[in-house]
Amino acid sequence: MTSELDIFVGNTTLIDEEVYRLWLDGYSVSDAVALRVRAGILEQTGATAAVLQSDTMDHYRTFHMLERLLHAPPKLLHQLVFQIPPSRQALLIERYYAFDEAFVREVLGKKLSKGTKKDLDDISAKTGITLKSCRRQFDNFKRVFKVVEEMRGSLADNIQQHFLFSDRLARDYAAIVFFANNRFETAKKKLQYLSFGDFAFCAELMIQNWTLGAVGEAPSKPDSQVDDMDMDLDKEFLQDLKELKVLVADKDLLDLHKSLVCTALRGKLGVFSEMEANFKPPAPQNLSRGLVNVAAKLTHNKDVRDLFVDLVEKFVEPCRSDHWPLGDVRLFLNQYSVTVHSLDGFRHQALWDRYMDTLRGCLLRLYHD
Amino acid sequence: MPGKLKVKIVAGRHLPVMDRASDLTDAFVEVKFGNTTFKTDVYLKSLNPQWNSEWFKFEVDDEDLQDEPLQITVLDHDTYSANDAIGKVYIDIDPLLYSEAATVISGWFPIYDTIHGIRGEINVVVKVDLFNDLNRFRQSSCGVKFFCTTSIPKCYRAVIIHGFVEELVVNEDPEYQWIDRIRTPRASNEARQRLISLMSGELQRKIGLKVLEMRGNAVVGYLQCFDLEGESGLVVRAIGTACTLDKLSSPAAFLPACNSPSKEMKELPFNEDPNPNTHSSGPSTPLKNQTYSFSPSKSYSRQSSSSDTDLSLTPKTGMGSGSAGKEGGPFKALLRQQTQSALEQRGGSPHRFCRRREFPFFTLTAFPPGFLVHVGGVVSARSVKLLDRIHNPAFVGIMGNTRSYKLLDWNSFNSDEPETRDAWWAEIRQEIKSHAKALGCHAVVGYSESTSICEEVCILSASGTAAVLNPRFLQDGTVEGCLEQRIEENLPAGCGFCHIPYDELNMPFPAHLTYCYNCRKQKVPDVLFTTIDLPTDATVVGKGCLIQARLCRLKKKAQAEANATAISNLLPFMEYEVHTQLMNKLKLKGMNALFGLRIQITVGENMLMGLASATAVYLAALPMPGGIQIAGKTPSDGSYEQHISHMQKKISDTIAKNKELYEINPPEISEEIIGSPIPEPKQRSRLLRSQSESSDEVTELDLSHGKKDAFVLEIDDTDAMEDVHSLLTDVPPPSGFYSCNTEIMPGINNWTSEIQMFTSVRVIRLSSLNLTNQALNKNFNDLCENLLKSLYFKLRSMIPCCLCHVNFTVSLPEDELIQVTVTAVAITFDKNQALQTTKTHIEKSLQRASTDNEELLQFPLELCSDSLPSHPFPPAKEHLESARSNSGIPAAQRATSVDYSSFADRCSSWIELIKLKAQTIRRGSIKTTVTVEKASPMGEGNFRNRSAPPCANSTVGVVKMTPLSFIPGAKITKYLGIINMFFIRETTSLREEGGVSGFLHAFIAEVFAMVRAHVAALGGNAVVSYIMKQCVFMENPNKNQAQCLINVSGDAVIFVRESELEVISTQQPTANCQQSCAGGEVTT
Repeated sequence: MTSELDIFVGNTTLIDEEVYRLWLDGYSVSDAVALRVRAGILEQTGATAAVLQSDTMDHYRTFHMLERLLHAPPKLLHQLVFQIPPSRQALLIERYYAFDEAFVREVLGKKLSKGTKKDLDDISAKTGITLKSCRRQFDNFKRVFKVVEEMRGSLADNIQQHFLFSDRLARDYAAIVFFANNRFETAKKKLQYLSFGDFAFCAELMIQNWTLGAVGEAPSKPDSQVDDMDMDLDKEFLQDLKELKVLVADKDLLDLHKSLVCTALRGKLGVFSEMEANFKPPAPQNLSRGLVNVAAKLTHNKDVRDLFVDLVEKFVEPCRSDHWPLGDVRLFLNQYSVTVHSLDGFRHQALWDRYMDTLRGCLLRLYHD
Repeated sequence: MPGKLKVKIVAGRHLPVMDRASDLTDAFVEVKFGNTTFKTDVYLKSLNPQWNSEWFKFEVDDEDLQDEPLQITVLDHDTYSANDAIGKVYIDIDPLLYSEAATVISGWFPIYDTIHGIRGEINVVVKVDLFNDLNRFRQSSCGVKFFCTTSIPKCYRAVIIHGFVEELVVNEDPEYQWIDRIRTPRASNEARQRLISLMSGELQRKIGLKVLEMRGNAVVGYLQCFDLEGESGLVVRAIGTACTLDKLSSPAAFLPACNSPSKEMKELPFNEDPNPNTHSSGPSTPLKNQTYSFSPSKSYSRQSSSSDTDLSLTPKTGMGSGSAGKEGGPFKALLRQQTQSALEQRGGSPHRFCRRREFPFFTLTAFPPGFLVHVGGVVSARSVKLLDRIHNPAFVGIMGNTRSYKLLDWNSFNSDEPETRDAWWAEIRQEIKSHAKALGCHAVVGYSESTSICEEVCILSASGTAAVLNPRFLQDGTVEGCLEQRIEENLPAGCGFCHIPYDELNMPFPAHLTYCYNCRKQKVPDVLFTTIDLPTDATVVGKGCLIQARLCRLKKKAQAEANATAISNLLPFMEYEVHTQLMNKLKLKGMNALFGLRIQITVGENMLMGLASATAVYLAALPMPGGIQIAGKTPSDGSYEQHISHMQKKISDTIAKNKELYEINPPEISEEIIGSPIPEPKQRSRLLRSQSESSDEVTELDLSHGKKDAFVLEIDDTDAMEDVHSLLTDVPPPSGFYSCNTEIMPGINNWTSEIQMFTSVRVIRLSSLNLTNQALNKNFNDLCENLLKSLYFKLRSMIPCCLCHVNFTVSLPEDELIQVTVTAVAITFDKNQALQTTKTHIEKSLQRASTDNEELLQFPLELCSDSLPSHPFPPAKEHLESARSNSGIPAAQRATSVDYSSFADRCSSWIELIKLKAQTIRRGSIKTTVTVEKASPMGEGNFRNRSAPPCANSTVGVVKMTPLSFIPGAKITKYLGIINMFFIRETTSLREEGGVSGFLHAFIAEVFAMVRAHVAALGGNAVVSYIMKQCVFMENPNKNQAQCLINVSGDAVIFVRESELEVISTQQPTANCQQSCAGGEVTT
């Protein structure tokens, strides 16, 4: 006796969250059944393995049918075939587009191309995430990217509107899209200690301040650009950043800046001497020079990609080697950016703020073990 | 030209990409009705076209309006080649044809293609302008309402229940026409869909005409089926119960009821439609009317023998135990008089109703209180027919149906085809009628018909429950009817229907009778099988449960008559075994009655399958069932004996466990009041032994089952062994789950609002090697059990819940395939309250009866809840109580008969009782039934009848579907019309669509979607009495092909949550009736 056909169709589509998770995780039906058995479901419910097998198959089939709709979530809302309560629809979408930390760290900043897709088996092997799940996550990134790529307006809003994500997920996707678009390097060994959350945080700040979409707030920009996009960094802004070089190039400015910072922080900083030493020109780990140089280099695409590597190398690592407490880093960065306003000879205050406000936020986030 | 149909095509969305180059579609729409076609403009390059068309107007006969579906085809415009069809939408406009139903159909419909499934949606608005001609309904039957619901629909009141209506139409199946060889599968499928739609419309119209002829205005319990007879054609047949219904529109209309029940009753006749029977309406005195109702040839009495040969049974009086009214009041004297004269005159009246009520059958399964007086038992008849094409050279077209496809078909039918089918059914119905008569009953309720076809052999089956009805609903004398209702007060509530309607001394079959355990006055049988729902006033102990008997029998492959003969020969044995199983399982559950019994016999190439489902309950009125005792045949063998005793112990344990599980602990009747047994010869069938053979078991048995004799099961061969084993393999549902195949679960009354309707289909392939009956039985049993287990597992998140209306359908699509389709609804209930129930089951069950009344039967609800605000007028309530107490439904033995001497093509029948028992007969003392009167239906139901604002215009999101006639926690405010849809889906890329499971899963989901869309477009938010009548699945995996046909029906309704109703009513000052009623009216 073999079961040729075995289906269950409810007027309200039944969604088993547990099975959905297993499906999303890319387990085959038999693996999923085995996992469910291991979870003790048979003992809890008194069901047999055959029942579990049939149930799992059924859910998998349902998910398979839903998948097409999940690719365009608004369709899921308007379709008539599956009657699913709104809360469940939200859950389906949210879980479908959810991603694994381990996976996203591998892919973040990479071009979402066929080439990357070919590397997915390596990623799968490395992370222990099934290839199927990797593919889904990758395809999700790519799909979202494609849809919002050409759109104007807020990146996160666009994503939310077209994919009906929660705020949190929409912001994460905005970060992923932003990183993919700008191809920031995140895979270097030095950067391994950083979580996706760290990058997403930085992405959000950068989207807010450094992109074309943020231009409206930047007074220095003429309103010639019709492109109002969150995806691309503001090229003009990056060009202008070269002007900041004067802060380290001009000896007077540098000294003045240093003394102002030192005066303000004297006695407040546990690592005062290290900080002071770092301002010295020949010091290999000159923090100020590092930060300004990072800014100046951003004109080149290649250097833009290495932004995070540079930040870690030029700032995070030196501070860490001197065992700066986070509080001190904060105090220093605040003081360091604020005192620039007192430098009479420095004309690029606005530019400095636009750069430094974001960078300060990023650095504080990146500064951890 | 009495109607103008107006259609507007608004927009489309989610259309498929038809032009690969642009990834877009140039869509336009063809709107077709009858022979007229309109087209919209082409909306270029869009998957979401906005046509916003003008109103397309069709001027048509109302006959066409009834028969024809509106056909909407979405196409992709192609300049250089033929336009590609994207898909179609068929809209049945029938709901627009009666005033109370929907006024407009407007909404998004899935665009359906028989090859690709749903491909986007289209927004359509449909309206009908009917000429306001008073006689407009006379030519056609527009205006007759159809309900699938097998009880009086919630917002209506039955004025008269006229009786049985049936009709069938035959056509050839487009799939078997010669043209099918050259046309595409799509064209063939569409021709079939369209034809069935047309035939359904025609059938409905014809039935409507019959109803109008009877002066009714509605068909309740409408059941339409189609038989795919293959080469010999397509039969669409329908049965139903004609009624005259009154709309319970607004509470204000029932205001008088608050004040005086009698007043309300008097008013009723004025509201109702013209009298259905001109003969009786002439003399308008109540007395006379009353008399006419007791028309026929033979008076009904307990002393009469049932040997009367006259089969034209017309309703006899239901007042078998009539006596003076106990409710003191102004009417008392009058009532007595009326009753008296009615009794005197019955039998003497002429055969006025004979013509009309050829078959006193009712497709209803639940009844207004007082309708059902006694129940006799199940009656059924089966007949094996050969679908031989009749080679008549003088064929003329097809069946005189002007609309049928008159193709040049040399294989075509004979024009007398419908008559042949009619004659077949008439034969069977006649059979049923005579069985009912043999049981001393004049009517058959819970009546249904079915077929099973395999190649050219067809088994026709009909079954129902023989019953004695109260005539007040069957005729026009409503005033007397209502009053009369009170007279029968001495039928105590909850047991009256169990009392035997047949004569004790002339029993049609051997049966054990005892005095009713409830009232101690009348005789009751020891077990009762019925096809109806449990009457709402029945006193039940504990909870009920689903019982199934499953059986397979191998049969040799044969042709034509030999085949039919083989089947005929097998049938009686199958019936016998099915009943043995049912009886055994019933005993095993410790229960004594079956409701909703449905026995399905399915014929296949090389086997017959029998599946019987029913809901078992413990009726307080019937005697406690004895246990089951096993007797070995060869007691000499020691090990064998041990084995037997082991089995015995297991069985006894199971019974004890079941009693605990279903909370069956009937009130003990003390020894003193149990009188001596009624002297009666004990009947024995060959399976029975009066005594057990092993003393050990006797003691065990006595311990667990009191002092009753046990039901003995003799194990004399392997078959019997297998039977016993199969008894024990049925596993009870996991805790928190209950199941039944009736509308509601006996013993559970506190439903919460969560419902989940589902369909589950399983097909298994049997290994063809050495198939034996035993292996087959085991496979089939496992299939059903596993299916149930799967359901319990899937729905575990709803615990505590009950699977209601579990409906199994078995088919044998191929040699080694068994297909089982289950549709049911899971309803959650409140466990805490359920626990309370167990404490005082009797009181509770009575209370349940009252709440159920409110739920299920609209008009007592109106009476009672309206009376609540105005407490100074309690009579209304009392009246209700008495009404309830009188609505006895007698139960009986099941009676089945076998007479298989028949030739294959002959209608074979049987009326043989299978009784297996050996038990003491006890006589009970008189037990008071005062509790009945105490049970009050007051409580949360107060404002259920307040009309809520119609939500027809609100955006319809969720559409609920349920096979039940009600929605728990909600009130149905409007019936929008019948939904009757037929779909075909075919694929030539089975693997790509996920194999057979993927294909069917998607198709069923699509069918649900289309049903919901139609309901939503009518302005409804639920389908009640939903049923999947057919699910024919065929596959050819080698060719990567599959095809499936599905036919579903139900009633589209608008419901309002009770919680919302409460809000509405609390907004109204409810202190006085006037105001609250006015308030109700305002909100309407």
